[in-house]
Amino acid sequence: MSEKVVYLHGDAPMGEACSKDRSPGDQDTLLNIRDLRIEATVYPPGENPKDIILVHDVSLTLKRGRVLGLIGESGAGKSTIGLASMGYARGGVRITGGEVMLNDRDILKSGKVGLRSLRGREICYVAQSAAAAFNPAHRLMDQVVEAALFHAMGARTEIEKRAIALFKKLGLPYPENIGKRFPHQVSGGQLQRIMTAMALCSEPDLIVFDEPTTALDVTTQIEVLAAIRDAIRDTGVAALYISHDLAVVAQVADEIMVLRHGRLVEQGITQQVINQPLEQYTRALVSVHHIDHEERDRAKASVLSVEGLTAGYGDGAVKVLCDVTLNLNKGETLAVVGESGSGKSTLARVITGLLPPSGGGIQFDGRPLPRLLAERSKEDLRKLQMIFQTADIAMNPRQTVAKIIGRPLEFYFGIRGAERDRRVFELLEKIEMGQDLANRYPAELSGGQKQRVCIARALAAKPKLIICDEVTSALDPLVANGILKLLLSLQNDEGVALLFITHDLATVKSIADSIAVMYRGEVVRYGTKAEVLSPPFDPYTELLLSSVPEMEVGWLDKAIASRRMESAGN
Amino acid sequence: MKPIAKIIGQRVAFGALTLWIVSLIIFAGVQLLPGDIATELLGQSATPETVAALRKSLGLDVPAYLRYFDWLSSMLHGNFGTALSNGRDIAELIKPRLYNTLLLAASAAAISVPLALVGGIVAALYRNTFVDRAINVVTLASISFPEFFVAYILILFLAVHAGILPSLSDVDSTTSVLDRLIAMALPALTLAVVVMAHMLRMTRTSIINLLGNQYIETARLKGLPEWRVLVRHALPNALAPIATVIVLNLAYLITGVVVVEVVFVYPGLGQLIVDSVQKRDIPVVQACSLIFAATYILLNLTSDVLSIVMNPRLMHPK
Repeated sequence: MSEKVVYLHGDAPMGEACSKDRSPGDQDTLLNIRDLRIEATVYPPGENPKDIILVHDVSLTLKRGRVLGLIGESGAGKSTIGLASMGYARGGVRITGGEVMLNDRDILKSGKVGLRSLRGREICYVAQSAAAAFNPAHRLMDQVVEAALFHAMGARTEIEKRAIALFKKLGLPYPENIGKRFPHQVSGGQLQRIMTAMALCSEPDLIVFDEPTTALDVTTQIEVLAAIRDAIRDTGVAALYISHDLAVVAQVADEIMVLRHGRLVEQGITQQVINQPLEQYTRALVSVHHIDHEERDRAKASVLSVEGLTAGYGDGAVKVLCDVTLNLNKGETLAVVGESGSGKSTLARVITGLLPPSGGGIQFDGRPLPRLLAERSKEDLRKLQMIFQTADIAMNPRQTVAKIIGRPLEFYFGIRGAERDRRVFELLEKIEMGQDLANRYPAELSGGQKQRVCIARALAAKPKLIICDEVTSALDPLVANGILKLLLSLQNDEGVALLFITHDLATVKSIADSIAVMYRGEVVRYGTKAEVLSPPFDPYTELLLSSVPEMEVGWLDKAIASRRMESAGN
Repeated sequence: MKPIAKIIGQRVAFGALTLWIVSLIIFAGVQLLPGDIATELLGQSATPETVAALRKSLGLDVPAYLRYFDWLSSMLHGNFGTALSNGRDIAELIKPRLYNTLLLAASAAAISVPLALVGGIVAALYRNTFVDRAINVVTLASISFPEFFVAYILILFLAVHAGILPSLSDVDSTTSVLDRLIAMALPALTLAVVVMAHMLRMTRTSIINLLGNQYIETARLKGLPEWRVLVRHALPNALAPIATVIVLNLAYLITGVVVVEVVFVYPGLGQLIVDSVQKRDIPVVQACSLIFAATYILLNLTSDVLSIVMNPRLMHPK
C-alpha cells in the first residue's frame, strides 16, 4: 500500500527518484536517527535549575531523494531534531543519547572538526526567517557561495555559475545580478528562495528546511513553496521539512512524522496521515480550523463606522490608508484581512487614536470620535480596548496576572481591595483560567495563557469594541483555536463587538460576521461573510483565497496549474 | 547615495555649530577669570595711567562682544595673535607642540588599536575560558591604575632597571626621527596601556552581543570554524560601536595627555597649556583650548560618519 502512494507527484524527475528508491538496500538510507535524546537545563525563576528532556528517544529513517515532514506545535522538538541531524544544538541544549547516522557514520562521534566538514557540504540548513538568517553586512552572492568555497568544492567562478543557475531555477528575478545585492534590498519571499539556493549550492545530500515559508504572506508562500518543491524534485536532494502547518507539509513531503512534547505521535505516508490519521492528536491537527460560526442577523445598530478614512506617515509622504469606509454592528465581528503592508494594522492605530487620520471620520457608539488620543475622554478609552499580537510584550513582566487584570478595574471604575480581587477572579474564570494563576508573572505562563490574560484585561474595562490585532498569529493552531472559541463565547455573553485584524483566511472564515479585504491601503471587498466568500470574486480576493493551503495532497500542483492557465488565458 | 550625503552634511553642520558654541564658552570663560591681565602684567606698583595705557594697547578697552568677533575672525584667518608672556607668534609657538602631540597620539594609537582589536577578538573567541579571564583581569587592572602610576611603573622597569629606554622624552626640532621614536617610546606605551582596555573590552562585548543572531547560526551551520564566524560574520556588524570607542580614545590621546606629558617632560600641547595657565597667558590658553575642542569635534564627526558608512542599509539603499 505504501509503495503506491509514494508516487504522489506524476512528474518525471520524481518518478526517477522513486524508482531508485524502490530497490531495497541500506545504501539507499541517507539519514538514520536512532533513539535520539536531547536535554536542556532550564532556570525557572525562584527555583533551582533543572534538566528537562526535549526529545524522548525519537528514531527516524530517511532515504536518498525523499522528503520527510516533521509536524508539531512549538515545543514538539521538531526544530531540535532537525538541527540535531546536523550535530548542532542551540545554546544550553545537549544531545545526550542515541545516534545520528548520515551516510553510514555516526556524526555525533565525529568531533568538532568532523562536524564542520559535514555542515555546509553534506547537510545544509534553510532557516525560518531568511531576513534574520542572512548577514546584513555582506552581499548575497558572497553568502550563497561561502560554504561551497570554504569546503573547497570548486573555483569561485564555477560556484557562482551554479548559484546563478539555481537562482534561475527558483524563479528569482535578474538571476545574474541579484547576488550583488544586500539582504535588505530584496523581498522576504526572494530571500527565502535565495536561502534555498544557498543550501543547494553545495550540492548536499540532505537539506533541513526549518519552517521555510511560515514567515511569508500567504500569496508569497504558495510561490516559494512551489519553487522549493520543484528544486527538491529536480536536484534529487533529500529533505527534512519542518513545519507546524500540516497543509503545507502535505504538499512537499513523501512521509510525515507527527511529534508532540518531544515524542513521536504518528508516522506514515503523507496521504495516510492526512486522510486517515490514526491518533487523536493528529485528527485534531487535521481538523483544526473547523469552528462553526453562523452569521448573525444584520438589523442592529452600528457601534463603529469609519467614513473615508485616509492616513499616512511622515506628513502624508507615505500614504498607508486610502479612503477606507467600514461599518461594524454592536456585538458582531468584522474581520479585516490582508497581507503585510495592506494597512490593516495602521487602521487599528488610527481607530485607537495613536495615528491621527489626515482625512475622514470615525463614529463610535453614536458619537464622532476625536482624531487625537489626547482629546478623547476616559469613557472613549474605556469603551475601546485592544489586544495585541504578541502578548509577551504587551504585559509588564514585573506585574502579576492579578495586577495586570486589576489595573483597568482601578483605572476606569475605581474598584480596589477585596472587590477588585473578586472581579479579577471572575475574569480569570471567564477566560477559563484558575485562580491560582493570579499571582503568577507573565514569564511563568504559556503563550496561550498570556493571550488569555490580555483578553481578560481588555474585558475588565467592559468595552463596546475590542480591536484584536493578529491575536492568534503567534500561537500554535490548536491553542489559537481555543482562543478563537473563547473570544466567540465571550462575545455572546458580553455583547462586545470585535474588529478582528488578521492575515489568516481560515481564522476569518471561523469567526467573522462581515469581512473587509484590504490591499495596499484600500478596501477591495467588503460585505457579509457570505457575500465576500462567494463568487464572483475580484482578482485579489480570488488570489488570496486560492493561496490558502488545503489539507489535500496535490493541492499545490492544482493551484499552480490553475494560475498558469489563467495567466495564459489573459 | 543622496541620503548619505544629506546625513553627513547635517553632521558637519552640527559639528561647526558645536565648535562655534565652544568658542563662545572659551571666550566667556576666560573673561570670567578673576583679575585683570594688565594689572597682572605690570604688577602691584603700576599707576592707573600705565594700566589704562596697556589696556588700550592690548585692546582690552573695547567691549567684550567686539573683542570676541575680532578674536574669532582672526582665528578663522589662521591668525592666533601673539603670546602675552614673551611676545612670540602663537601659531609659531603651537606648531611644533601640536606636531609632537599628534605624533605621540599616533604612536600610541598604532600600538593600542591593533592590539585591542586582536585582543578583543581572541577574548570573544575563547569567551568564558581561562584566556578570556586573563585578558579581562589584565585590562581591568590597566584601566584601574592612574596613568601617572602606569608611567612610573614603566619607568622603573624599562628605564631604571632594564635601562633600555630613556625616562625623559626631551625632543626638539633637531631630533632625528629614530631618536624621536625612542624618546617617545615610554609615553606612547603608557598611553597605549591606558586606552587599550576600553577598546578591547568594547570589541569583545560587541562581538559577543551579536552571537545570538540567527545569521551567526547560519554561518556555523555552513561548517565554518569559530574564528571565521567571528571575524567574517560578527565583526563587520560590530564595527560601528567599536569605531566609536576607538575614535573617542583617539580624541583622549590628543586632548588628555597632559599628565603623561608632564611626567615624561614631553614638549607637547598639554605642557604648553599648563605653562600658559600658570603665566596667565590668556591668548595661548584660548588658542590651545580651541584646538583641543576642534580636534574633539572633528574626531567625533569622523566616528559618526564611519558608523554611517559602515551601515549597508544606508550605503546601499533599496
